Amino acid sequence: MREATLKVFRGTDYETGEFKTYKVPVEDGMVVLDAIHYIQKEIDPDVAVRWNCKAAKCGSCSAEVNGKPALMCKTRMDHFASDTEIQVQPLKTFPLVKDLVTNVAWNYEVNKKITPFTPAKDADWTFFQEDIERVQEFRKCIECFLCQDVCHVLRDHNRKDAFIGPRFLVRTAGLEMHPLDKANRIESLKDHGGIGFCNITKCCTEVCPEDIHITDNAIIPLKERVVDEFYDPVMMLLKKIFGKKQK
Amino acid sequence: MNQTKSALAPQKPLSTERRDIWWLEPALVAIGFGLFIIYATWRAFENNFYEIGPYLSPFYSPKIVLDWWKFSPALLILWVPAGFRATCYYYRKAYYRAYFLSPPACGVGGINALGLSQGKKYCGESTFPLVIQNIHRYMLYLAIAVLGFLWYDAILACIWQNQLRIGVGSIIFIANCLFLSAYTFGCHVFRHLVGGKLDCFSCSQTAKTQFSLWEAVTKFNEHHMFWAWVSLFSVAITDFYVRLIASHSISDLTLIGPPL
Repeated sequence: MREATLKVFRGTDYETGEFKTYKVPVEDGMVVLDAIHYIQKEIDPDVAVRWNCKAAKCGSCSAEVNGKPALMCKTRMDHFASDTEIQVQPLKTFPLVKDLVTNVAWNYEVNKKITPFTPAKDADWTFFQEDIERVQEFRKCIECFLCQDVCHVLRDHNRKDAFIGPRFLVRTAGLEMHPLDKANRIESLKDHGGIGFCNITKCCTEVCPEDIHITDNAIIPLKERVVDEFYDPVMMLLKKIFGKKQK
Repeated sequence: MNQTKSALAPQKPLSTERRDIWWLEPALVAIGFGLFIIYATWRAFENNFYEIGPYLSPFYSPKIVLDWWKFSPALLILWVPAGFRATCYYYRKAYYRAYFLSPPACGVGGINALGLSQGKKYCGESTFPLVIQNIHRYMLYLAIAVLGFLWYDAILACIWQNQLRIGVGSIIFIANCLFLSAYTFGCHVFRHLVGGKLDCFSCSQTAKTQFSLWEAVTKFNEHHMFWAWVSLFSVAITDFYVRLIASHSISDLTLIGPPL
């Protein structure tokens, strides 16, 4: 049976923690999360890892495999050459708890600040597929926070104070584009969401395990809505003359 | 498990644990753009070999002749397509990665390049100078006007001595316009303006028409990067072909109609 070499980050602090090397037998169809479970069961029972469904639907087992943010349960072992080491480490953008587990609580705090779905009191709840198709794409999000992890505004610049990150731009897009929603989040998106911080380098789209076109379908359309309201003098003049169009 | 033991691990410039050849894509983009910029700049300032028979180089179209302008007429027009591409959402991604290294690739530490400062000073496109990227829609309007002139040139490229004439150059001109149209009308802003800004696509007959337009634009938009590169090369190739003929390095092969 083929053996794989895994280097797994161990520790509760990035400065004092270190990579520990493990040899793991590889079976057909095995994923990186299986290898971590093997280590837990057979070698080091105290390896900390967050996981739940093992079917790429709960978004719990996010980590960085060979430097790329990925779900461990969706990363197949046969993807790697047999003679190469597989390095597994926690999400860099969030504070470390232990080994492969990070504290992603900041995301839930950001989520609370977004104006929730706000339908009219007398809303007609009949709507058509073409009206909701864009929103359905955004609803596929499993909140694995890989997009938040890879976003350089959060990862390199640590601008969590001013930028909500791709996950919450997707959520905002899903609400703003909903045919029955009546709230306006555009000003808040510009001032508190920090959408201007995004320089659309598309890393969020590249790592999304649900293949949501985060940049093209959520962030850029939102950026253009911000332009409509705050940067386009003609649109602004038209709105002054004819009044704001009711949502 | 609820104890936070450590803050963010520092991501040093260009540091990464990635083991693939992540630098290849930004390197190719930097070389590709670099070669085009060098060629286009040389041709814009050359001010020669841009017109012969029914062919006018796209770098010089529409040809604007002003008595007081002593420089190349290309300089009067090239700022429009240059501005359109410079503010394009695809190109922004490409050059932020390739030239600004902000970041050079996903999961690779960025460096403090040009206006994109590092750390807490980073403001992206929310402040000057990069907030100017928001003029992209105005560059689109101008680019559509220039594209109209290029289509006019492509039609003229099929007429010689008041007769239909199709040469290799005519085909190159038409292909160039098709590629430029696919790029221009697949623009993210165009997608927004034709229908993307609506929340309800079925609420009126106008909205339904806009939905059809939005769907059509989306088909091109999904391949915006492809059309961006193809049209970039096609403009350069069209200009180079005109230069070859105008400098009598080669002659244009006539397929239909009178010879040039």
